[in-house]
Amino acid sequence: MEQTPYEYDVLVVGAGGAGLRAAIEASAAGASCGVICKSLLGKAHTVMAEGGMAAAIGNVDERDDWKVHVTDTLRGGQYLSNPKMAEIHAKEAPARALELEAWGALFDRTKDGRILQRNFGGHRYPRLAHVGDRTGLEMIRTLQDHGIHRGIDFHMEYTVFRLLLDDGRVSGALAYDRERGRFRVYRAKAVVLATGGIGRAFKITSNSWEYTGDGHALAYDAGADLIDMEFVQFHPTGMVWPPSVRGILVTEGVRGEGGILLNSDGERFMFDDIPPLYKDQTADSAEEGWRYVVGDRDARRPPELLTRDHVARCIVDQIKAGKGSPHGGVYLDIAWIREKISNSEDHIRKKLPSMYHQFKELAGLDITKERMEVGPTTHYVMGGVRVDAESQMSSVPGLFAAGECAAGLHGANRLGGNSLSDLLVFGQRAGEYAAAFASEQGEVRLDEAVVDAGVAEALEPLERERGEGPYQIQHELQDLMQEKVGIVRVESELEEAIEEIGRLSERARAVSAPGNREYNPGWHTALDLHPLLVVSEAVARAGLMRRESRGAQFRDDYPRKDEHFGKVIIRVARGADGEMVVEEIPVEPMSDELTRLVEEMG
Amino acid sequence: MAATQFRIWRQDGAGDEGGYRDYTTEVTEGMVVLDAVHQIQAESANDLAVRWNCKAGKCGSCSAEVNGNPRLMCMTRMSDLPADRPVTVEPMRAFPVIRDLVCDVSWNYEVKKKIEPFEPRPPDAEDGTWRIAQEDVERVQEFRKCIECFLCQDVCHVLRDHHLHDEFVGPRFFVYNAALEMHPLDTRDRLASLKQDEGIGYCNITKCCTKVCPEHITITDNAIIPLKERVVSEFYDPLKKLFRVFSGGSRA
Repeated sequence: MEQTPYEYDVLVVGAGGAGLRAAIEASAAGASCGVICKSLLGKAHTVMAEGGMAAAIGNVDERDDWKVHVTDTLRGGQYLSNPKMAEIHAKEAPARALELEAWGALFDRTKDGRILQRNFGGHRYPRLAHVGDRTGLEMIRTLQDHGIHRGIDFHMEYTVFRLLLDDGRVSGALAYDRERGRFRVYRAKAVVLATGGIGRAFKITSNSWEYTGDGHALAYDAGADLIDMEFVQFHPTGMVWPPSVRGILVTEGVRGEGGILLNSDGERFMFDDIPPLYKDQTADSAEEGWRYVVGDRDARRPPELLTRDHVARCIVDQIKAGKGSPHGGVYLDIAWIREKISNSEDHIRKKLPSMYHQFKELAGLDITKERMEVGPTTHYVMGGVRVDAESQMSSVPGLFAAGECAAGLHGANRLGGNSLSDLLVFGQRAGEYAAAFASEQGEVRLDEAVVDAGVAEALEPLERERGEGPYQIQHELQDLMQEKVGIVRVESELEEAIEEIGRLSERARAVSAPGNREYNPGWHTALDLHPLLVVSEAVARAGLMRRESRGAQFRDDYPRKDEHFGKVIIRVARGADGEMVVEEIPVEPMSDELTRLVEEMG
Repeated sequence: MAATQFRIWRQDGAGDEGGYRDYTTEVTEGMVVLDAVHQIQAESANDLAVRWNCKAGKCGSCSAEVNGNPRLMCMTRMSDLPADRPVTVEPMRAFPVIRDLVCDVSWNYEVKKKIEPFEPRPPDAEDGTWRIAQEDVERVQEFRKCIECFLCQDVCHVLRDHHLHDEFVGPRFFVYNAALEMHPLDTRDRLASLKQDEGIGYCNITKCCTKVCPEHITITDNAIIPLKERVVSEFYDPLKKLFRVFSGGSRA
């Protein structure tokens, strides 16, 4: 390619919470910094986050501190998390939340004017700093508005499809712009991946078109390790009706504010199945659950606030048992709180304004008066690029990852609210260490031949006059993953899925998407197939290797936890011949202090 | 419901004049305009360009004009549109078209950079943070709800008909100014730039922006009019004017 490359010390891929926070930090450290984002600035998935950001500030319950937070996170992750990451996260989240406030974010307040914190699944105390149910918007806008004054270059509507390497070390990236279909070369001494998740590999998802596992696949292709890929979080409450909104998220905040789950017989089924690990922390009665919601410190959590993996499975069981709602979900009822408080309709509208709006406008349903219909939706991937706990650097020198596309913090299951804090804590660290890495390392070279080959390959679907269109392959993959690699998995189906993914990969290599290069969605979809297929195969292979049920992975053929698999995580990497290699590696060891804490807190 | 007719704007870049093309697709229960557009894209117009992300009214990407009304396509239900005539879908008209339904909104990003950023007063609590009353948070929440869909910009006469993009920042950025000016911690003063550089005087409060806001922000009454009042009392108050003359101030 003839154009001069863009040059940065630190190149950040992705402009959600993690990418923006990384860029701000790198720039503050004196690094020149560019951010590439697939959409317009401020539209990344962080904007959809509703419930809040977990940070043990202890404003609502002073018993909370980082020690309780870290043990909650490790328990939620079924002890497969990287303990060091969980510790750093719990310790640094409060400072990151307060820093956001210094940059202009406004959180809801306590009576004495401090940041208010709300209850959420798996968190022992009220811990989530929030603004109604639009915390993600507040966060991304604050970072965006702060970032645009920091001398960072933003490249909007560009998609990175290849990382460039120089003698094993990252040296830049190759991208195309959606608007005109032009290619761009970026030379960078360090690259931070902050590309989010993989939700589009599944049919029913709360994720937008962007979440095709780009960062996962870029890192994998560059030789980095992925871990925990079997753990895909199915959020228990997505919309199920009307069909066009199926999968759109209904915040856990509804349950945090007192919402209850009911089956078609009107039974509050969550009381029937409480896992032993959470028995002592869960309410015995509806009455105790409500007392918890309204802040009685002696009351225990209602069972609707158990971890997401468990709640999602309970919902699936109800539907399978024929006790589902008319459109294949269960009922989520917040309107019932009218029995408890006099101004319930105003209260709901105030606490859950965007949920009220969403159901009113998309389903014609008033949540202050009627029950919602909800069911599980693919929401988040715990798995991702394996990184160093302190620096967020992957096994490829100069390649960093933060946020959803990195792994280690959440283990087998992420607690709600731990994502927004993850973005800030590890985004900040990735930015800091990437800037330091860039300043310590010399120049990198770009290999012209690799760049040209990358461009030629990306143009193939556009130039292929005849062949199958990309949408067909994408839809078949989404159906396959939903059916055979979804909430309930079994060996034979995982094996079938892996074979089928192989066939789809073959077909993807011959895909045709003719037309213009300007804003051509068919071509973009064709280029998204590779990352989607890589992450799908990784999820299926890791899921097959883990012959047990733990956290987000439920194996019908191995329905219980297995002691051996409690000590290992699954690593996925590219083998010498380009084949996917999957192996067990030991869980990162826990420090003595953490081991003691976990024992103390049960 | 059944087969529905659509007239969708197709345009191949800025050099092309563009025009409507007719499509027919099956509309089923609960569908929104964005679903129909995607269905048409999958069935008969693979290269139809449309910008979208969240599909839940939270990101503000899929702004367009539906039957002539500025709307988010993802929040416009087919059942709310008249069934007896074709549904017209075209890009926002106040911005240059890149292709089909996608337009170039980069001007908005440039405008934002020029607005004085947030700067808080020093922390006032012992723990190094601030104490803020919930009612002070709520006062600006309305403005902070903005999802930057730019529909208010699209419909504003000053931009759409008079093209005063160099002298006038538009409703979105008056809302942004209001959020900063009424932020309980902010210390900066944006009144001079609102008057001189951002052209708040051009707004003749026809409230078109308020009508199209998908977040139901009362843009004119709650953001623009109070800002106009502040500008007036800062620069046109006779006593303040006199004071400036004697003190040698030059801001008016």
